[in-house]
Formats: sequence, structure tokens, C-alpha cells
Amino acid sequence: MKRKVLQKTEEIFTRFLMVFSTSIIVSALLLIIVSILYKGLPSLSWEMITQIPKGGYYFGKEGGILNAIVGSLYLATGSTILGLIISLPLALYINIHKAKNSKLVNFIRFLLDILWGIPSIVYGAFGFTVMIYFGMRTSLLAGIITVTLFIIPIMVRSMDEVMKTVPKGLLESALSLGSTRSETAYKVVFRQSIPGIVTAVLLAFGRGIGDAAAVLFTAGYTDYIPNALNQPAATLPLAIFFQLSSPIPEVQNRAYAAAVVLTIIILIISVSSRIVSNKFKQRRIK
Amino acid sequence: MNWKVLSIKSIRFFKVGRILKDKLHSSWMFVSFIIVLLLPFLLGIGLFLKSNLIIKEESLLQLLFSSQWHPMKGEFGFLPFIISSLWVTVLSILICGPICLFSAIHLTHYAKRGMLKIMHPVIDILAGIPSVIYGVWGIILIVPFISRLGASLGHPNSGYTILTGAIVLSVMIIPFILNILIEVINTVPQELEEASLSLGATKWETIKKVILKKSFPGIISAFGLGISRAFGETIAVLMVVGNVVKIPKGVFQPGYPLPSLIANNYGEMLSIPMYDSALMFAALILFVVVTAFNIGSRYLIIYSERRI
Repeated sequence: MKRKVLQKTEEIFTRFLMVFSTSIIVSALLLIIVSILYKGLPSLSWEMITQIPKGGYYFGKEGGILNAIVGSLYLATGSTILGLIISLPLALYINIHKAKNSKLVNFIRFLLDILWGIPSIVYGAFGFTVMIYFGMRTSLLAGIITVTLFIIPIMVRSMDEVMKTVPKGLLESALSLGSTRSETAYKVVFRQSIPGIVTAVLLAFGRGIGDAAAVLFTAGYTDYIPNALNQPAATLPLAIFFQLSSPIPEVQNRAYAAAVVLTIIILIISVSSRIVSNKFKQRRIK
Repeated sequence: MNWKVLSIKSIRFFKVGRILKDKLHSSWMFVSFIIVLLLPFLLGIGLFLKSNLIIKEESLLQLLFSSQWHPMKGEFGFLPFIISSLWVTVLSILICGPICLFSAIHLTHYAKRGMLKIMHPVIDILAGIPSVIYGVWGIILIVPFISRLGASLGHPNSGYTILTGAIVLSVMIIPFILNILIEVINTVPQELEEASLSLGATKWETIKKVILKKSFPGIISAFGLGISRAFGETIAVLMVVGNVVKIPKGVFQPGYPLPSLIANNYGEMLSIPMYDSALMFAALILFVVVTAFNIGSRYLIIYSERRI
């Protein structure tokens, strides 16, 4: 009898802990979003997102962070495209060409997981050494290449997860009708896994826009909007970081406003990836 | 006649075109495969070659276990940074470990469908928030909180402490660990659970003695992956941890983890001799530690899945 009571109290207690933990996680997200909006919205203005910094901007004078917004978008778009050019073929390769060699495929998956785990600052440091080696200066191109390196594992692994689920029968029937392997890859498997590919692209884009450590070394910082690949580019995370370390309150407030901009971009990406992947999912052959 | 030859020719050409296309696609696939295959080795070799200079100059032991950090005088001891990194990482895992574990059990075994529908986007968004935003959040909310907490506990501080970094970090790695834990717990076969329940065990007993026991290696490896993620996190920690070169002696003291060291000093590293090599050595330490933890944890997951 006593044991029963003990068991019951233990169960109730742990269930309380579980609900408590889950609500901590939910409230952490709410706290983050609310506190960023609360601090940042008052200083967010139209001119902040449509102007580049003007003279004396970093002492609280006029201007905006358009340079960082555009720089981040360039950087993320460039590296997503470059990443897609490498990741998509690789994901198709391990799921179609090497599908029978499961040892090799598992090794590649393992390797990609390891690459995924390497912190972005290590990619940044590596990108920097390579950059110095080739005598390049900090530029948009160097930033794009570094970010590409660290979003490749993310893209390949998330595409791979979807391509794994493409029915074997579909692949075999395409091949038996006489299509080549690459035709099967791009006309059958690719179409089947579009939702996964879209999610992977958006995920990588979000990573590219939000990462600061890799671009710190390689993309540099500038007050102007870059109009060539060999010019340095400002990025939104770095704009937030630099402005927040300023002792002037107006500049700090702008950092909070920039944080709101970045948060909104990330939320848009997250929501749209959900919508897009749900929409495409309905058209899949099961 | 002529027409027929032409059409056969065109068919042949078409066929060759298709094969050529296949060859082209396949070879590009192979090239991208090679790029990714070489990437981890290139990373390791590149960092090693760059940090080789300093390893030659001073012994490895001295670099790792000396606390004298005076780049101007050419003294590079990484101990304060290594200790700070360990403090922040271990604390953050201690904070978020239990939360993640309980929440993962909740979401896999107790939560209703509606709850999961809310939690999936919540985890996704938490995972997607850039680290600089976590840092801003830390400055807005956690720094004042820690400052007040420290003052009331008799440890007055600026709020920029090891504990602040650990709290921000623990929230950052929650989605990461939680996702793996949910996956790991879901791989335990349903039959085991049913067998235990049919023998008269309560639900919690089943979870404690069957499911957690069965997925124990997976849980450990989830924490291992979390540790490696926390160890390399840069900007968010850098913004709240204080960045003072000193071996921290308590959670209310500022620290200076390795990633912050690299990120903070990249600007002047080319102007002081050996400094760039020292920073690349820091990156190499990060690379080696993180990769070791990753390999260990992934291997444990694969091993335990095979056993089930």
C-alpha cells in the first residue's frame, strides 16, 4: 500500500516536472521575441531600413542599416545558390548512384553530420587562412564561399532525409523505362522531394543570414552597399553586434531595432518554409 | 531514303545527347562528392599548418596549461580560455539537460496532438533564431537578472558572467538536444513498452525502467552533441560572458571562452607576430574537441540503434 502511494506521488511529481520543462521552453521563446520587440520597436523607423549610414551615424546621427540588410541578403542568396549547386547533386548521388553501396552512403552521412557539428567560427578561421593564402582581401565573395562551406552539410542532410523516403519502386520503374540515372534523378526523385529541398534551401538561407562568426573574418564590414563580388559587405548580425558594443544609447537602441529586423526575417523564413512544404506535400506520390 | 537516314542520325544524336548529359551530370555529382569528402580533412590540415608555427615555437603542454597570456611579449597560454570554455559548456548542459529530458518524455509519451502541433513550430523557431539575437536577449534580460541575483547572494557583479553565458547558451542548445532526444526515445520499439505495461507496471515505471534504460546510450550521445554545439558557440556567448583574461573561480565571475578569443581579436592578429598562429591554434583546439565529441556521440547512436 505504502509503495503504491510512493509510486503515485513519484508519477505526479515527474509529470509536474515534465509540464514545467515544456512550459519553460515555450516561455523562453516568448520571452526572447517579446523582449526583442519591446526594446527594438520604439526605435525602428522607416529611415532605418531604407538608408545607409551617413556621416556621424555611429555617434547617433542620421542614417540606417540598409547596407547590412542588403549585404546579408546578397550573402545568404549567393551562398544558398552556390550551396545548392553542390548539395543537390551530392544528395541525388548518394541516393541514386550509390544507393546500393550502403557502407559508403552511411560513411558520407556520418561525415556530413560531423561537418554539421563544426562551429561556424572554425569555418570562419579556415576561410580566413585560405583567403590570406590566396592574397584576397575581405570581400563578399570570400564571405559567400565560407558560408557555403558550412551550409552544405545542412542542405545535403535535410535533402537526403526526404530523398530516403522516395519509394524504391518509383526509382526502379523510371530506370526500367529506359531513362538514364541522371534523368531519374532530376525528373523523378527531384520532383518527389521538392518539399524537402525547399525546406533545406530556406533552412540554409536562414543560417546564412543569421550567422556572424563565419563572416566576421571573411566578409568584412562597410557602410556602403556592395556592387561587386570583390568588395566587402556588411551583414545584419555584425551590424547588431558592433552597434550594441557602442557606449552611446542611441546607437544601442538602433542595434535593438536591427535585431527586430533580423528576427522578423527569420520568422518569415520559418513560417514560409512550413507553408511551402505543406503545399508541396499534397502532390507527392506515396 | 535520304529522309530516313537523317531521322536515324537525329535519333542517334539524340541518344548520344542523353548519354552525354548523363555523363556530365554524373561527373559533376562525383566532383561535389569529392569536395565534401575532402572538406573535413582540408579544414583540419589548413588549421594545423597555420598553427604549426606556434606549436614549434612553444611546446604543446605549455600552450595548453600555461595561464600567461601576453601576446605582445609572445607569451601564449591558453589555460584561462580553456577553463572558461569548460565552465560555460558544462554549466549550460547542467541547466538544459534535465529540461530537455523531461520535455522529451513529455512530448513523446504524455502530450496530446494539439500540444505537439504547438511544440513543433516552437522548436523549429528556437533552432532558427540566429545566435546574435540570443546575445541581444541575454543583454536585455539575463544580464540585469544575474547582476541582481549575484548582489542578493553576496557576489556583486556586472551581470556579464560565466553564469549569464551558460544560461543564454542553454536556451540556444535546447532545440538541438530536444530534437535528438525525441528521435532517440521514439526508436524504442513499442512492443517493449506494451510488454511492460501488460505486466502491470505503471506508465512512469515503464518509462523509467524500460524506455529510458533502452535509450540510455542515445540520451548520452544527445548530450554529447549538445556539448560540442555549446563548445563552439561564438557570438551569443561573446556578448554576455564578460571577456576578461583570468581563470574564473566561480559562476559569478567573467570568463573568456575560446571562440570569443578568436572572434574578438581577429582584427589585430595580423599586426602582432605569432598572434594569428595562436588564434588558429585556438580554432584547431575547437575543431579537435568538437569533432571528437561529435564522432563519439554519433558512433554511440549508431551502435545503440544497431543493438535495438
